Amino acid sequence: MFDKEEMKKIKQLKNEWENNVVQKTLKRFPERKDKFVTGSGKKVERLYTPVDLEESDHNKDLNFPGQYPYTRGVQPTMYRGRFWTMRQYAGFGTAEESNKRYKYLLNQGQTGLSVAFDLPTQIGYDSDHTMSLGEVGKVGVAIDSLKDMEMLFDGISLDKVSTSMTINAPAPVLLAMYIAVAEKQGVAPDKLKGTIQNDVLKEYIARGTYIFPPAPSMRLITNIFEFCFKEMPLWNTISISGYHIREAGATAVQEVAFTLADGIAYVDAAIKIGLKVDDFAPRLSFFFNAHNDLLEEVAKFRAARRLWAKIMKERFGAKNEKSLMLRFHTQTAGCTLTAQQADNNIARVTIQALAAVLGGTQSLHTNSRDEALALPAEDSVRIALRTQQLLAYESGVTETVDPLAGSYYVETLTNEIEKQALEYIEKIDKIGGVTQAIEKGFIQQEIQNSAYQYQKDIEESKRIVVGVNKFKIKEGSPKGLLKVNPEVGRRQVEELKKLKEERDNHKVKENLKLLEKTAKTDANLMPLILDCVKSYATLGEICDILRSIFGEYKESVKL
Amino acid sequence: MEGKKIRILIAKPGLDGHDRGAKVVARALRDAGMEVIYTGLRQTPEQIVETAIQEDVDVIGLSILSGAHTHLFPKVMELLKENDIKDIIVMGGGVIPEEDIPELKKAGIAEIFTPGTDTRDIIKFIKEKVR
Repeated sequence: MFDKEEMKKIKQLKNEWENNVVQKTLKRFPERKDKFVTGSGKKVERLYTPVDLEESDHNKDLNFPGQYPYTRGVQPTMYRGRFWTMRQYAGFGTAEESNKRYKYLLNQGQTGLSVAFDLPTQIGYDSDHTMSLGEVGKVGVAIDSLKDMEMLFDGISLDKVSTSMTINAPAPVLLAMYIAVAEKQGVAPDKLKGTIQNDVLKEYIARGTYIFPPAPSMRLITNIFEFCFKEMPLWNTISISGYHIREAGATAVQEVAFTLADGIAYVDAAIKIGLKVDDFAPRLSFFFNAHNDLLEEVAKFRAARRLWAKIMKERFGAKNEKSLMLRFHTQTAGCTLTAQQADNNIARVTIQALAAVLGGTQSLHTNSRDEALALPAEDSVRIALRTQQLLAYESGVTETVDPLAGSYYVETLTNEIEKQALEYIEKIDKIGGVTQAIEKGFIQQEIQNSAYQYQKDIEESKRIVVGVNKFKIKEGSPKGLLKVNPEVGRRQVEELKKLKEERDNHKVKENLKLLEKTAKTDANLMPLILDCVKSYATLGEICDILRSIFGEYKESVKL
Repeated sequence: MEGKKIRILIAKPGLDGHDRGAKVVARALRDAGMEVIYTGLRQTPEQIVETAIQEDVDVIGLSILSGAHTHLFPKVMELLKENDIKDIIVMGGGVIPEEDIPELKKAGIAEIFTPGTDTRDIIKFIKEKVR
C-alpha cells in the first residue's frame, strides 16, 4: 500500500527508533511482560507499521464495502443504512412462558426473535421420554408438537418478525412446524424470514446435540437447502456455527478454520446431490463468537469474510455475488462470563459486542450478566439489549463503514488469521474432509488442547480474569436469579397425553408410515415431515422413525 | 513406595453437550497422576453407576450445565445406595446455583465446584478425601 522508496524509508526509521528510542526506554522502564499475546495466544508485536503490510494490496485485499472479497463488509453502506438485527436468544419453560418473554423483548425494541429449545427438543425426544427427565424446559422451551409451536408464536405475526431457531438434528421438524404455524396465520412460506441453525457438523465437534450419523444428517440438511430454494427464498437454510467451537475452547484462528471447513462440507454435500452452487449458497449464513480481545475479534470477522469469499469463488466457482458473501450472526462469549462479581460481565459483554459491530455483524445477541449462574432474569436481559442499543445510538462507531480498516495492527491480524485458518483447512482437506477429521478426533483434540492451555494460563496467572484470579472480593449470594418452574415437565407430559387422545391417530400413523417408507429412498423428506407435523405427530414420533432407519451417532472421545 | 493411583470417573449425565469443563478437569486430574475415565456425553445415572462399579473408581465427578442437576445428581446417589456402595466419593460441577447446593450435599454429593474453580482446588480436595 506504499511505494518502494517510501517503504525503505519507513523501515530505516523504524530501525532507528527501535535501536535508539525504544532501547533507551526499556533500560529505564522494562515492559510488563516478556511476551505479549492476543486472547488466542498469538504473539503481539510492540508496534505495527506499514512495513507489516508490505505485501498487502488495497484493491485486491480490502476493496470497498459490498465488493469482493468483502473484507470491509457485505453491504456498501453497512450501519448507515440499517443497524444489525438485535436478536436475543431466549426460551425457557413452556411455550406460554417463552411467548411472554418474546413479547417483552419485542416491546423493548428487539428487532428479531431467536428461539432456544430445551435439550429433549434438540435431541428429538418428547417430554415424556426417560432421557428427558429433569431436562424439560430447562435450557429452552419444550416443544413436543405443533400445538406447542402455535402457543409459542401466539399473537406474533410471522410476516412481521424474522425468527432464528437454534435447532440442528431435528431441524426439518421444527422448520415444518414453523411453516405450519405461519400457514394458520395466513402467511405463505415465501414470506417467512429467519434462520434455522441446521448445522450438525459442529454438534459432533463441540455442541453435542446430534442424533443421526453424518451421512443421513447431511441428507436432511441438503433436503432443507433444496426445499427452501423452491419454497422459502427469504429463509437462511443454515447457520454454520463457529460460536460453539469457540465456546469449547478453540482459538480465533481455529474458530474461523473449523467453521469454514464445515461450510465447505455442506457446499460439497449439496453439489453432490445435484444442486447448483448459486441456487443454494446465497442462503447460507454463519454464526460467530465475540470474545474478549477486541481487535483480534474484529480482525477475525474480516478474515472470515475474505476467506469465505475466496473459497466460494475459487474452489466452488460461484458466480452470484450473494454466494460469495459471508453474512453472520454474533453472540458474545458465554465462556468469558464469570460467576464472581457477575455485574462485571456487563463490561465484558460491551467490549465483545463492540467487536461484533466493528467487525460488521448482521445480527447480534448480547449475553446477560447472570448467565454463569442461571438462565438470565428479565432485568439482566434488558441491560444486555440496552448495551446493543447504546452501541447503535450512542457510541458513534456505526456512522462510517469498517472504521478500523487501515489500522496496521488490525490489517496484519486479519492477514495472519486468514493465512493460518487456510493452513488448517488444507490440513483437514488432507485428512479427507471435515467428517473424517471429526471421526479421527483431530478437530476435537485441537480444541481440547486450546481449552486446556487457556485454563492453565489462568491458573498460572499468565492470563488475568478480573474477579477470578485477581481483584477478588468476598461476595454474598447472588439475588434475583431466574428459576424454571419445576412443574414444566409434569405439565408438558400431561399435555402430550391429552394431545394423543384428541388428534386423529389414524392419520398420524399413516403419515408416519409414509415417512418411514420414503426415508429409505433418496427423496426429499421435507414435504412428508410437513404432513406429519400438520397431523400433530410429535417431534419424538417423527425422530423415532428416522432413528429406526438412519441409526444413531456415537461419539468417540480421546482426551 | 508409591501408593495405588486414585481412579476417577468423569461423567456427563443427561442430555447436556457442554463438555469443555469435564474434559479440562479430566486432563488436569490425569496430569496430577490420577487414572481418569471419561464417559462421553448422554449417560444415564444407571450407566454411570455401572461404569463406576466396573472400573472400581474411588471418585465420580459429575458435570452438568443444563440445570438438570437437581434431578440427576441425587439419582446417581440413590443408585449407589441401592448397590450398597458407600466408599465412592461423588462430586459435581457446572452451572449450579448456590441455593441448590445444600440440597445436593444433603443427597450425598461431597462437593460442588462452580464456574471459575481452579483445578488445583479440585485435585487438593480429591487427594484429601481419598486416603
